[in-house]
Amino acid sequence: MQFGIFTVSDITQDPTTGRTPSEAERIQATLTIAKHAEEVGLDVFALGEHHNPPFWSSSPTTTLAYIAGQTSTLQLSTATTLITTNDPVKLAEDYAMLQHVSGGRADLMLGRGNTGPVYPWFGKDIRQGLPIAIESYELLHRLWREDVVDWEGKFRTPLQGFTATPRPLDGVPPFVWHGSIRTPEVAEQAAFYGDGFFANHIFWPATHTQRMIALYRQRFEHHGHGTAAQAIVGLGGQAFMRKNSQDAVNEFRPYFDNAPVYGHGPSMEEFTQQTPLTVGSPQQVIDRTLAYRDYVGDYQRQLWLMDHAGLPLKTVLEQLDLLGEEVVPVLRREFAKDRPADVPDAPTHASLVRAKYGDAAPRQATPNANRGDNLTLGSPYQDGPGAPVAASTGSAFGRAATRTAGAR
Amino acid sequence: MTARRIVVISAGLSTPSSSRQLADRLLADSAGLLRERGVEVDAKVFELRDLAHDITNHLLMGFAPPKLEEALDAVASADGLIVVTPIFTTSYAGLFKSFIDVIDPQALTDLPVLIGATGGTPRHSLAIDYAIRPLFTYLHAIPVTTGVFAATGDWGGGGDGVRSLPDRIFRGATEFADLVERTDRSDMLSDPFALDRPMGHLLGGLAGE
Repeated sequence: MQFGIFTVSDITQDPTTGRTPSEAERIQATLTIAKHAEEVGLDVFALGEHHNPPFWSSSPTTTLAYIAGQTSTLQLSTATTLITTNDPVKLAEDYAMLQHVSGGRADLMLGRGNTGPVYPWFGKDIRQGLPIAIESYELLHRLWREDVVDWEGKFRTPLQGFTATPRPLDGVPPFVWHGSIRTPEVAEQAAFYGDGFFANHIFWPATHTQRMIALYRQRFEHHGHGTAAQAIVGLGGQAFMRKNSQDAVNEFRPYFDNAPVYGHGPSMEEFTQQTPLTVGSPQQVIDRTLAYRDYVGDYQRQLWLMDHAGLPLKTVLEQLDLLGEEVVPVLRREFAKDRPADVPDAPTHASLVRAKYGDAAPRQATPNANRGDNLTLGSPYQDGPGAPVAASTGSAFGRAATRTAGAR
Repeated sequence: MTARRIVVISAGLSTPSSSRQLADRLLADSAGLLRERGVEVDAKVFELRDLAHDITNHLLMGFAPPKLEEALDAVASADGLIVVTPIFTTSYAGLFKSFIDVIDPQALTDLPVLIGATGGTPRHSLAIDYAIRPLFTYLHAIPVTTGVFAATGDWGGGGDGVRSLPDRIFRGATEFADLVERTDRSDMLSDPFALDRPMGHLLGGLAGE
């Protein structure tokens, strides 16, 4: 089972000091947080995407690529990548790139985005959010699996003989999670493709999460990807911890009361009762998290929101220490107990390569020279279907280059 | 035949409240008429005053705390809805509208509704028809043609001497009971988490499902 954190990249005033960090400061703080996540033994760091202040994360793959360069085991993910307002062609390119530079440590979580004004900025209509998400992902899915794509849809320019580069690392697309709060169609979408389903979990009562996961599991089995118990489930969570639970309550309350999403709404007591937010001792977080299994079954990925609402960097790093030292080791041990052997772990690049190739060597896509003949030759790659062996000559750089290539 | 479920929503803010009083009378006449016809009635009454904080939290957070969820579930699965709101500043009370705003837009489809309103003077009585009725027609509910407005004078001797408040209540209740008796709405409930459109349909039939 994977444990990690996700951040929405909000830049929020610290209500206890009145101070708001600059964009530069918050960006650097987030890089520190990501590196610390690996240091304390967490598995996953997932980054949100926003295109309006007071958020900074407009370009997640840039940030994640840097973090990949600074870490060695951390799995890099998103929370979420906007499948509605981003061009699926650019997503195919960006996340294949991230896969390559991170050495296969990248996956992504797709979401529609619920910030109304963002849609028109990118030429889209929020009322079409779901149809766009369905169409765009179908295209993204193909772009990673077919070297040459002819495609026509409603929401973007048609493609004729298009190849998304680079091809996915080792010929294996990044694993995709579909995130949703309460849209049954998204659970169905995840199940249809055999992808993961991530329940946001943190803004809604557990009964809603339970029903969404149940639907996803049932449809996963229906679509023939395995049994319902083998479906790939992730959950959000939210915690603030101190050794003594009353200290946690006292320290977190001003942050809760003024937080961007739920501040000035329900009381912290109501919210902790009605959602997974846990404010208390590490043991309370352990107990609460272990109980998730009672209503979603054995699952694969647990992410917590730890660095929001204006919490200072020092506090966030202390929270990660508690998570890594006191909470996650116990959870790893306890979740492993009674876990059926046929319930898989969250897919990683290594497991996906093994599933696809077994002991054989994975694909290393090597292009032919491009003469605009993707269609006539069947593939722009040397191992493509129907590619004549002799066609590996040619160059994008004229006749001289052709001769050099031919001599190779 | 299972019992008909009638839900009563009163948006009165004071205790005791004349809106609640009107709501109770509308319910008593409607239930009485149905029982005379051999129809069992299962009634639930909610005062929005008790749900005011939950309604605000729902507006801010997007989900209903447990007490409010119970009221919303009751409304969504009802065979008939009786609503009464005070008229404030020429229209329904803000709390009443906030409650309407957190109801799922599909939840009231085909639901018979009996509208009541209270106010200081009968000069506000048309608020039922220009403000409250359009809410329910927009939501594809079926408000009965008689709306019952109770002005302060109606509770004493100063009301309408020709069509008294009890007469108007009875007329509205009769129209409402006729619809509630015939509906099978609570037997046809749909699950909000059910999947109406499987992937083949979502992809435009590509998957042939």
